[in-house]
Amino acid sequence: MVTNMSDEDEEIILSELPDEDLVPQMHDDLYDGLKDEVVEGVNILLERGWTPYRILTEALVGGMKIVGEDFRDGILFVPEVLLAANSMKAGMSILKPLLVETGAPRVGKMVIGTVKGDIHDIGKNLVSMMMEGAGFEVVDLGINNPVENYLEALDTEQPDILGMSALLTTTMPYMKVVIDAMVEKGVRDDYIVLVGGAPLNEEFGRAIGADAYCRDAAVAVETAKTLVGRKHNQMHA
Amino acid sequence: MQIDDDRLTEHGLDAAAGQGRVLLLACGALAHEILALKRANGWAHMDLTCLPANLHLYPEKIPAAVEAAVEKHRAAYAQIFVVYADCGTGGLLQAKCAELGVGMLEGPHCYSFFEGNATFAAHAEEEFSAFYLTDFLVKQFDAFVWKPMGLDRHPELRDMYFGNYTKLVYLAQTEDPALDARARDCAGRLGLAYERRFTGYGDLAAELARIG
Repeated sequence: MVTNMSDEDEEIILSELPDEDLVPQMHDDLYDGLKDEVVEGVNILLERGWTPYRILTEALVGGMKIVGEDFRDGILFVPEVLLAANSMKAGMSILKPLLVETGAPRVGKMVIGTVKGDIHDIGKNLVSMMMEGAGFEVVDLGINNPVENYLEALDTEQPDILGMSALLTTTMPYMKVVIDAMVEKGVRDDYIVLVGGAPLNEEFGRAIGADAYCRDAAVAVETAKTLVGRKHNQMHA
Repeated sequence: MQIDDDRLTEHGLDAAAGQGRVLLLACGALAHEILALKRANGWAHMDLTCLPANLHLYPEKIPAAVEAAVEKHRAAYAQIFVVYADCGTGGLLQAKCAELGVGMLEGPHCYSFFEGNATFAAHAEEEFSAFYLTDFLVKQFDAFVWKPMGLDRHPELRDMYFGNYTKLVYLAQTEDPALDARARDCAGRLGLAYERRFTGYGDLAAELARIG
């Protein structure tokens, strides 16, 4: 298979590229949402003996990081991010079973879901994918979750982090219902609570008692890493 | 006055002639409805100016745009009323209006106050998988939905955006069979069931009538 470079109009044969050129090319293909090329790149690197974890972090997460930065800077927009995410997802679907077999560092565990009355999951799915890419185990509760779903998942999954998402002004207050229920149950401080969604802001996150508001998937990953690291340090102090 | 919808989307409307005591500072998506209410009720004391409706694509920009417009027009009017709902600003527009000392509409979105905020809220729990359009949004469907979501270039993304929705509800402000047909077509393009509900101007009429 070949990739067409629009600026030079030259055909690139991925399998002929050395590793140091193939990885940046995969970043470009991910950026352009070229799913088939990303999948091909993953398979080539596997054939060359790369570990699944190295492919995930260097080729896929590295590429998605550029996408995230350009989205934040207003260079890329939601449709392009979704196409890139679909490409990464396709690459990850090859790597996931291999990661289980070969082992990969586990940073922590997260339960995540969109709140009751809200069916929007694009942002949540991006966060889930990027968290998995960063080495977190993610339990995704899907959309329209009442407080009971969250509490039950916290109980059974015992994650480090609870993530909640909402896209609507009318549904975002439900996050406070969940946090209040955690307080009432005496388990609020057992978990890191991260919230996100288009109409939210830092002030809202603070007001409802979350640990942090995350404005995008990249921020969610960085915040999760920092807070989980801090929590583990406290536990071992 | 004939107003071009594309212009309302991209540029808004500057119809503040400085003749009224009250300035309605509105979203471009509401221009037709406000002008219709002004005509029907003889509200000559109100002038209208509109910000571009496509600010809704970046709700975080709405409070600053409203603030700039209030400052621009404040000296010429005894009262300014902001004809926006929360519109995805997460309470920031309300906070900005309070800071500026100007009133604004109640409700989360235009489709809520057109239907009536109380009615809309009452069925919100049963209807959260509905995607709403108003007259303006039906007419500007491509500008507000199809193109910004990239569906013109990447139709394969449709189900990522709309896979969890079950129906499109057209909340109609006017009786217009042509718009009904267009709204039905929008539903088909999104792969959703279709329902039309006539609302008239809902809470918008009552709210504007209360302005002195």
